[in-house]
Amino acid sequence: MTTMSSAEPTRRDFLYIATASVAAFGAAATLVPLIAQMNPDASTIAAGAPIEVDLTPIADGQVIKVFWRGKPIYVNHRTKKQIEEAQNVDVAKLPDPQPDSARVKPGHDQWQVLIGICTHLGCIPIAHQGPYDGYFCPCHGSVYDTSGRIRQGPAPLNLALPPYEFLSDTKIRIG
Amino acid sequence: MAAARTILALAVSLAAPALAQEQETPAPPMNKWSFAGPFGKYDRAQLQRGLKVYREVCQVCHGLKLVAFRTLADPGGPGFTIAQATAIAAEYQVKGEPDDQGEVKDRPGRLADVFPTPFPNDQAARARYNAVPPDLSVIAKARGYERGFPRWVGDIFTQYQEQGVDYLTALLHGYRDSPPAGVTLPPGNFYNEYFPGHAIAMPPPLTDKRVDYTDGAPMTVEQYAKDISAFLMWTAEPHLEARKRVGMQVFIFLIVLAGLLYFTKKKVWHEVELHPEKLKPRPPSEYPRA
Amino acid sequence: MSGHPTYQPQSAFMRWMERRLPIGGLIYSSFVVYPTPRNLNYWWTFGGILAFMLGVQIVTGVVLAMHYTPQVDFAFDSVERIMRDVNYGWLLRYLHATGASMFFLAAYIHMFRGMYYGSYKDPREVLWILGVILLLLMIITGFMGYVLPWGQMSFWAATVITNLFSAIPLVGEPIVTWLWGGYAVGNPTLNRFYSLHYLLPFVIVGVVVLHIWALHVAGQNNPTGVEPKSEEDTVAFTPYATIKDSFLLAVFCILFAWFVFYIPNFLLAPDNYIPANPAVTPTHIVPEWYYLPFYAILRAIPNKLFGVMALGASILILAFLPWLDTSKVRSARYRPLYRQFFWVFVIVCVGLGWLGGKPPEGNYVLIARIFTVYYFAFFLVILPVLGKVERTKPLPNSISESVLREGKPIGAQAPPPAGAKV
Repeated sequence: MTTMSSAEPTRRDFLYIATASVAAFGAAATLVPLIAQMNPDASTIAAGAPIEVDLTPIADGQVIKVFWRGKPIYVNHRTKKQIEEAQNVDVAKLPDPQPDSARVKPGHDQWQVLIGICTHLGCIPIAHQGPYDGYFCPCHGSVYDTSGRIRQGPAPLNLALPPYEFLSDTKIRIG
Repeated sequence: MAAARTILALAVSLAAPALAQEQETPAPPMNKWSFAGPFGKYDRAQLQRGLKVYREVCQVCHGLKLVAFRTLADPGGPGFTIAQATAIAAEYQVKGEPDDQGEVKDRPGRLADVFPTPFPNDQAARARYNAVPPDLSVIAKARGYERGFPRWVGDIFTQYQEQGVDYLTALLHGYRDSPPAGVTLPPGNFYNEYFPGHAIAMPPPLTDKRVDYTDGAPMTVEQYAKDISAFLMWTAEPHLEARKRVGMQVFIFLIVLAGLLYFTKKKVWHEVELHPEKLKPRPPSEYPRA
Repeated sequence: MSGHPTYQPQSAFMRWMERRLPIGGLIYSSFVVYPTPRNLNYWWTFGGILAFMLGVQIVTGVVLAMHYTPQVDFAFDSVERIMRDVNYGWLLRYLHATGASMFFLAAYIHMFRGMYYGSYKDPREVLWILGVILLLLMIITGFMGYVLPWGQMSFWAATVITNLFSAIPLVGEPIVTWLWGGYAVGNPTLNRFYSLHYLLPFVIVGVVVLHIWALHVAGQNNPTGVEPKSEEDTVAFTPYATIKDSFLLAVFCILFAWFVFYIPNFLLAPDNYIPANPAVTPTHIVPEWYYLPFYAILRAIPNKLFGVMALGASILILAFLPWLDTSKVRSARYRPLYRQFFWVFVIVCVGLGWLGGKPPEGNYVLIARIFTVYYFAFFLVILPVLGKVERTKPLPNSISESVLREGKPIGAQAPPPAGAKV
């Protein structure tokens, strides 16, 4: 038996390594379509296009819910009192410090647009509930204020804001 | 093998008359298509002309319910920009979503929408035309013709996959003003040389100069027929270009791999053929190395 | 060193594992040092190719199931959505649809190889019968999969095939209604076919495990049909058989890729791109090519009940092959007469396949009947009689003798007498 432990790779070793490498490359390339097929397909992506929301029918103090990319979006027409409450908070003491001005578009203090998904584990908080007249998540008791900032409960972060812009004073485009 | 050959000859001789009686409808002529063969690609201008023919002629009766406007701007398609596709979509009225009063109104089409169907259901189509015009989304793959032996064997090697488009093209200019002597058509039907049974409910859809081409392509029935067929091939097989491109990569890869495996196999077996006495099963760690 | 080397775990973990679940040792003894006859030709690589194709079908199938909707109103469109919108959906679906054809192609080559070299004979009867069960399961699975896209061919294949059971006297009609879950093929039928189409491949996997187990108990047959007698007659499975299998697998994949990427619709009926319509039957209703021989046998017989019985018998008769063939000699290499009849049988099977795609009229029916008679006569008359009357050629002493010296006996040994067993 000629068992040689030669340190130098031979031509035969090179052939074996080349074959194994090419085969391994093929196996890896095969995974690409198998993994990619789980990502959102073209129709799902197209259905996630931006939506426009007309603000005129929303009364003072009313919250409406619209859907964008399968997520509930709250559009809150805040009252003067709610705006003042949201602005007069000691930001430094909040679990996720953020001034109210950073959560609305400049000049549109009365319009609070946010993704209505609790940052704890994804339940939908109920509007106009809880001690801060903001949002209350019934799953695990997280409480948000009228600016959608977390005030009590297990949720770590403020309610997220969707990308949106004002097309006019009474129309926004979400997405 | 002698017996096998005898059997084969006997079978063929018995089958010959049966083969002969199969010629009824003439085979559609084979056209040259830009998307045929391993490197095939759609002719963008042709697809755009085909869409124009569809919109000005076909869509009165035929839908494309599987084709979304967004795909007009997809790579490997007719090559419209997103803005152009959006504009085309907006020219259509599609069924909207229920509004606050619960009413469903039509709204302009968006990229995510599909081409609207001309009839709400088959019954409505039949009431109007006494026939149901088929949806055209996959028609280029849903039609074909019998290739017969031995041509179908050759098709494996020539990659002939254009039976559907060739048939559609032939059908669109296969109308005859009057049926041949001795043939009577059911009322409301037209004589078409390439339609199985020859009696087709669709009136001749194309006439010369019916659709205005701005790119200088001839405005003839023949050209219209080719363009709309090519367009319908794209609607039926929108990823054809990607398929052929990936196919070539896979092909080159497999040939390299097969070659390497062949030489590896020769190396591995070389020893067996030279030194048969060393053939005992043993763990790979004990295989001799060069 | 003699006999099989035993597994020596290399790492501490594998040593720990080996005392608890000796999976390393199992793989080592079954797929590394497992002795395979040294003279296996490329026809023996199709078992590995079949295992690969089963894997391809299961992986692509599981993935397609993530996007498919088994509901009559959405099934067709959901398949088209896979083709259009799902990332690489067109690739996955064409792989799966073409893969079925490649699977059957490999299975038929595998079976013809078994028949040519007498691989079903003692002690491999159970191995062969498990193979027949696998074929039956493949046929059922493939048929149910063909129904799922809910095109015209899907719908009418489901109708025609389930109606085969209506040939059974007395209980036929209730059985068909039971299969449908309604008074015609409809949504319940589609749902149950989808469920079973997902289940059966895993049953196939189970039977494949038994098939391989039986193979490793009896050992592989080989082109001489003479059992390995010494270590000289065999080589280790790895690397010898593995590399040979891999090479032909790569070549097979080239064929597979040719169909998937360049002529994916060559094997699919255009009619199946027309959504199912219970009011209109397609003019030429033809099953997939791999069912055509059986379909031709069904149609060759003018009586409904006997036609269905012949169809069933044409598959089941394979299970009795080990006992119908009375010859003591396995390989057709040493059976000159059997070899003739075998090739005629192959032509008859291919011919039946061709006839299955032709309209059942005129001479086609006549030829189909002649071929059907030969198909059954091959099993019921030719094989039993041939074993008794055929003069076989002398068998080699051993595999080594037949291969290494190209038929010349090793050393100064004289050629052994006919049929001699050492």
